[in-house]
Amino acid sequence: MKRDDGLREVGRSLPKIDALGLVRGTPAYTDDLAPRESLCVVAVRSPHAHARILSVDTAAALAMPGVLAAFTWRDVPRVAVTRAGQGHPEPSPRDRFILDEYVRHVGDEAAIVAAETEEQAREAARAVRVEYEVLPAVLDFEAALDNPVVLHPEPEIHENFPIGFEPRRNVASAYSMHVGDVDAVVAGSEVVLRRRYYTQAQQHVALEPHCACTWLDVHGRLNVMSSTQTPWHVRRIMARALEREVKEIRVVKPRIGGGFGGKQMLHGELYCALATLRTGRPAKMVYTRREVFEATNTRHPMRLDVTLGADRDGTLRAIDLEVLSDTGAYGEHALTVFMVAGAKTLPLYNKVEAVRFGGRTVYTNRVPGGAYRGYGAIQGNFALESALDELAGELGLDPIVLREKNMIAEGETSPIFAIMGEGTEGVEMIVESCKLPECIRRGRELIGWDAKGPRREVAPGVFRGLGMALAMQGSGIPTIDMAAATLKLNDFGSFNLLIGATDLGTGSDTILAQIAAETLGVPTGDIIVYASDTDRTPFDTGAYASSTTYVSGHAVREAALKMRAEILVEGARSLGCEPARAAFDGSEVRGPDGAITLRDLSAKLLYNEHQKQLMTTGSHLCEKSPPPYMAAFAEVEVDAATGEVTLVDYVAVVDCGQAINPNLALVQVEGGLAQGIGMALWEEVVYGPQGHLRTRDLMSYKIPGREDIPSIRAELVASHEPSGPYGAKSVGEIGIDTPPAAIANAVAAAVGARVRELPVTPEKVLGALPG
Amino acid sequence: MNISLVLNGRRADWDVEPGEALLDALRRHGVLSVKRGCDTASCGTCTVLLDGAPVPSCAVPAPRADGREVTTVEGLPEAAAHLGACLAAEGADQCGFCAPGLVVAVVAMSRELDDPDDEAINHYLAGNLCRCGGYVSQTRAIRRYLQEAR
Repeated sequence: MKRDDGLREVGRSLPKIDALGLVRGTPAYTDDLAPRESLCVVAVRSPHAHARILSVDTAAALAMPGVLAAFTWRDVPRVAVTRAGQGHPEPSPRDRFILDEYVRHVGDEAAIVAAETEEQAREAARAVRVEYEVLPAVLDFEAALDNPVVLHPEPEIHENFPIGFEPRRNVASAYSMHVGDVDAVVAGSEVVLRRRYYTQAQQHVALEPHCACTWLDVHGRLNVMSSTQTPWHVRRIMARALEREVKEIRVVKPRIGGGFGGKQMLHGELYCALATLRTGRPAKMVYTRREVFEATNTRHPMRLDVTLGADRDGTLRAIDLEVLSDTGAYGEHALTVFMVAGAKTLPLYNKVEAVRFGGRTVYTNRVPGGAYRGYGAIQGNFALESALDELAGELGLDPIVLREKNMIAEGETSPIFAIMGEGTEGVEMIVESCKLPECIRRGRELIGWDAKGPRREVAPGVFRGLGMALAMQGSGIPTIDMAAATLKLNDFGSFNLLIGATDLGTGSDTILAQIAAETLGVPTGDIIVYASDTDRTPFDTGAYASSTTYVSGHAVREAALKMRAEILVEGARSLGCEPARAAFDGSEVRGPDGAITLRDLSAKLLYNEHQKQLMTTGSHLCEKSPPPYMAAFAEVEVDAATGEVTLVDYVAVVDCGQAINPNLALVQVEGGLAQGIGMALWEEVVYGPQGHLRTRDLMSYKIPGREDIPSIRAELVASHEPSGPYGAKSVGEIGIDTPPAAIANAVAAAVGARVRELPVTPEKVLGALPG
Repeated sequence: MNISLVLNGRRADWDVEPGEALLDALRRHGVLSVKRGCDTASCGTCTVLLDGAPVPSCAVPAPRADGREVTTVEGLPEAAAHLGACLAAEGADQCGFCAPGLVVAVVAMSRELDDPDDEAINHYLAGNLCRCGGYVSQTRAIRRYLQEAR
């Protein structure tokens, strides 16, 4: 099939290559594939938000039937690590041990047991006697800085490079930057708006709970299968924590049941490894849903102080964003999530004379913060896009007009691209694709912005309002994210595509196969994908930071270009002509005097003539991070008597460059929107006064169900990113960014209630109603 | 204790613990399509048919299956292939973890409801959560499946 754009496989909504197998329930996830004879590993978890472990008595547990091993902090290597699952060296502080003498949140691991069955392991865990000295806890992140209670006094912990780490002050990281003199420009602005916003902790709630298993292979190497987004980081961090060599460990990611950032961090892998290394037996650890809530990670809650300086005509002159972020008990992604709150929001409004960003991430005795889709951008977006709406109100301008006047455009840049990276400096970048004007035009048409007007009364005391927000994200982490891919030609013309990239349910294996097929000129069905195995596939940093399509996609394309060249050489040799006089079209190599099909050539190459294996590897370093962009519009209905908010319609129009697989790109957006809507309206990790979670199951923590999600309408605009593989940018995260601000803005439009603290609950709406 | 059930059309004689959930008994006996997503009958990933009615198998004690018919997605291969193709055509199959339970619930719905509209579909399937796809693509796929299956 030849299309106008000349593409054959890219740009087609092909079915996901693993779709039917997964729908049929084929065993594919870690708990399905763990060796049947695995020991079950269970953690003894702290009932206290902050305590010192005085003693652990495992004798009774070890005497119970089926129990093979128990571990306390005294039994494990004392090496400071971070479980963040980032590159090397990590931008997160190394502030954690496999097990420690201190527990720092309810649910923190105090001891580990392993037994033949899960029931035996759970009973053994209950029989472990832990004597705690309960310590005062820091639960309010606004009181954490310089609190007399210090969470991390241990001497071994450290930062890998300067990240503002001051554990004695409960500071995990700090950062500040500025361009121009913000105070002077604000002082000289005709209108100044100062607002404070709060975002909450959100849980990923991937439907597959975290799961890992380990076994020793015939060579005595430690094999790890894990529901992870970062196999290579897991291998490296496990080696450090266990005081082993990287070469002694293999990590494999099978299918995983959703990640959203929650599986970037390490969880059960180290505990399974303890059991396997001690007993020689396979071991597995399957988190309960309660453990996922209590003992994995959440989105970092933030306090965001925004100051905007503008002139009456709507010219935005200065933005100041001061952030306090709560990283909970450990500093996983503390610096980088906090920096992204500025780095992936402030460049949207690049024409300001001065811009400043700064603040700290502090420790509290709560569930650790971690990577979560949006990764700071959603927090920053809520503050900035709410503040702009408030500014539009003060100026008497249409919120769209205010944004159009100040937003970034193709051919432009922002100094922030060079100043702020993720934990390090960024890189300079000219924006080569930005279809925000088209996104806005199409979105306002779909939602009916002009026809409906910002506010109308649809029944007595019931109002409908429209709100909107813009967003940007990135495409990988420049100069850090690297991916590789290998293609191997098989007899009779199929190819193995070996990729380090980590499909967490998004369909990235499928789109990478499409890119390989496009480049080779073969059908996607001739590409056999094998991914995410530290022994058997080339390296990839992992599935995070919206990097797979943009970074891994390039690596695949490069491997395929090399393969094409090799096929041409071998085909020409077989035809007895110079390669320069031959051409390969995906199905045959044709020379001046004849042709040989790929099918025949590949068989000949392995069995008959000039036998050799054709195998090529492409490797790609992300050198820039072109942002995808989006304009989103929400229509809400608010009952002014009860404060109840109903989302009536949500429209999102996205510029993600060329979509490799439009359906899969759209569902990325739709799924991101649903999680963002959840964060806007319902989802919140709630603690009791002693630091116990009140939301620790799916009854007390509300994720959107299908009756809660109204008409979501997502569209992609035509766009082409010159630096991307076939013009693609990323699309994994941006969908989540807009709902908090767009919905809060729509509520404010409907009834005048400006809610600055997420989620937007009926109580807060009532409290914010104008007298 | 010993129970005897009809699993996907074939008799199975199992030794189960009195307090064991049907979900755990199924997985222990190698029926791995049935997934554990929560522990509170909230997510729908462990949905099976018990004498034809959809139930969360995490909330059904295994002894209650004695003498009854249990159907998982392994026992519904045609519906799985057909609905799977519809989900794939819409890009609605993402991580796949919720899919087997969804197929089971959709089969039950198609037997119970005649020509349901989107609201009826969403109401019937409200107990089957999905965290990846945002539901609208699933609804498109289910609508297509119901139309084609009729």
